Amino acid sequence: MTWSQDFRAALLTPDAPEPKGLSNGANAPAGRRYAVYRNNVAVSLREALHASFPVLVKLIGTQNFDMLAGVFLRAHPPKSALMMHYGADMPAFLTDFAPLQHIAYLPDIAQLEGAIRQSYHSADASVLDPARLGSITPDALDTARITLAPSLRMVCSKWPIFDIWRYNMQSDAEKPRNIAQNVLILRAQFDPAPHPISAADAAWITATQNGATLGGAQNAAAAVEPTYDLGPLLTLLIQNNALNDLKTKDQP
Amino acid sequence: MLDAHRPHSPLPNAVGVGYKPQHFQDIQDAPGPVSWLEVHAENYMGDGGRPLAQLRALSERFAISVHGVGLSIGGESPLDPDHLARLKHLVQWSNPASFSEHLAWSTHSSGMDTEMGGEFLNDLLPLPYTNSTLTQVAAHISQVQDTLGRQMLLENPSSYLAFEASTWSETDFLAELVKRTGCGLLLDVNNVFISATNLGYAPQGYIDAYPLAAVGEIHVGGHDEDEDDHGAPLLIDSHGSEAVEPVWDLLAYALAKTGPRPVLIEWDNDVPDWASLRAEAQRGAEALGALAKT
Repeated sequence: MTWSQDFRAALLTPDAPEPKGLSNGANAPAGRRYAVYRNNVAVSLREALHASFPVLVKLIGTQNFDMLAGVFLRAHPPKSALMMHYGADMPAFLTDFAPLQHIAYLPDIAQLEGAIRQSYHSADASVLDPARLGSITPDALDTARITLAPSLRMVCSKWPIFDIWRYNMQSDAEKPRNIAQNVLILRAQFDPAPHPISAADAAWITATQNGATLGGAQNAAAAVEPTYDLGPLLTLLIQNNALNDLKTKDQP
Repeated sequence: MLDAHRPHSPLPNAVGVGYKPQHFQDIQDAPGPVSWLEVHAENYMGDGGRPLAQLRALSERFAISVHGVGLSIGGESPLDPDHLARLKHLVQWSNPASFSEHLAWSTHSSGMDTEMGGEFLNDLLPLPYTNSTLTQVAAHISQVQDTLGRQMLLENPSSYLAFEASTWSETDFLAELVKRTGCGLLLDVNNVFISATNLGYAPQGYIDAYPLAAVGEIHVGGHDEDEDDHGAPLLIDSHGSEAVEPVWDLLAYALAKTGPRPVLIEWDNDVPDWASLRAEAQRGAEALGALAKT
């Protein structure tokens, strides 16, 4: 093994012996001086996870979260120096993490918190002038395509993830109801905020993200809810600067 | 996209602070003696949103130093090409007065096969000072400078232990890197005090042996006190408090030898309110001011 492989090998294994060849500078073994690095790495990764998943911390408590973080950071050390992305593997990890499997909604909460953070760091984009929607004939509108803001994210769940998120983040929030919830995350300027939307709204968003025309997205939503009215969702998107562009059929 | 090779002004020989987003408004309303700011490169490698908007706004008023913590220049593994590309993009976009990184490593490829790339350990890990690591580190510095089209500054680490394999002193190692690559140095006097205490040598002697002509910036910061297995003092680089008096003394000692240099106050954890950080900056400004009078 090379010197850095030696140094790395014991770094995330607290009971492994310290690497050989390290001293205190005066010919005595380094001993717990090596533990400073062990501690720095584990604590810094644990704190990064705390900052990324505040609702998970509240749901399971700080002590349990620290244990979870300790197992997670050893199984999934960061893949890049962009700590803003650290924890992307948490939803999948929680799905298979036996000690917490009895709280079945945790993976979806982790996904929601991750999506909020990704929205925060995602690209800025120009905002569509809503007047353009009104300036197009109904026929042309049917074949036009909307581009959504890059900061828009959506998480669909069979659990009340919006209610759970709000109950843990806002002091005066109602208790979670026993319902399935889809959450749209919108960033009007710099601060992403989650909004509960209907299953038909979610179908419209998914279709639009996949490049459907407005007519196609309407059909996708109507397949979920036959009398689907786009109005409320469109208002929400416009109010939160979430429409980026509108391309009609004639445009390149 | 801006021109990578457009000229950039150097950092002023004045006091700066490590920028924290919670100070965004205060720092503009009442900068006190602060004329430049240092940001951690990795925090501004997202695609957009508040971090980049704040950096854009601050650049109009303050000189900016981009300080990397994740390039792993001291590592055995090749530099992560994706990370280097992100850094190039950030430096082109923000055209900072300075770019600096650490004599340390943080990423690690688990083997010769690169299927999953490496891992990032989020700490500044130490390296032995040998002919072999000297060649590797010099190649990494040259790769960074060639990619960015500018000189970089390399910072001396804080040490908690020594490698028996080392055949170079840290100061000779740094001097040789300067000679081979033309890089500049960032002298962190808090790190000097920490390493000197932990490894049992005189901090002034370290500064005497440091290639001071290459110093383009000086760091001042706080540390924590602990003990090793034998009850010997073990100082930990924490950036979570005021700098202690011996560190201020070392700043004065170094400045007397280098002449005026950009001086940065680092306070990254348990970040205080702006008034407290500005008071630390005031001490830095006074150290520079005392120099002008002598």
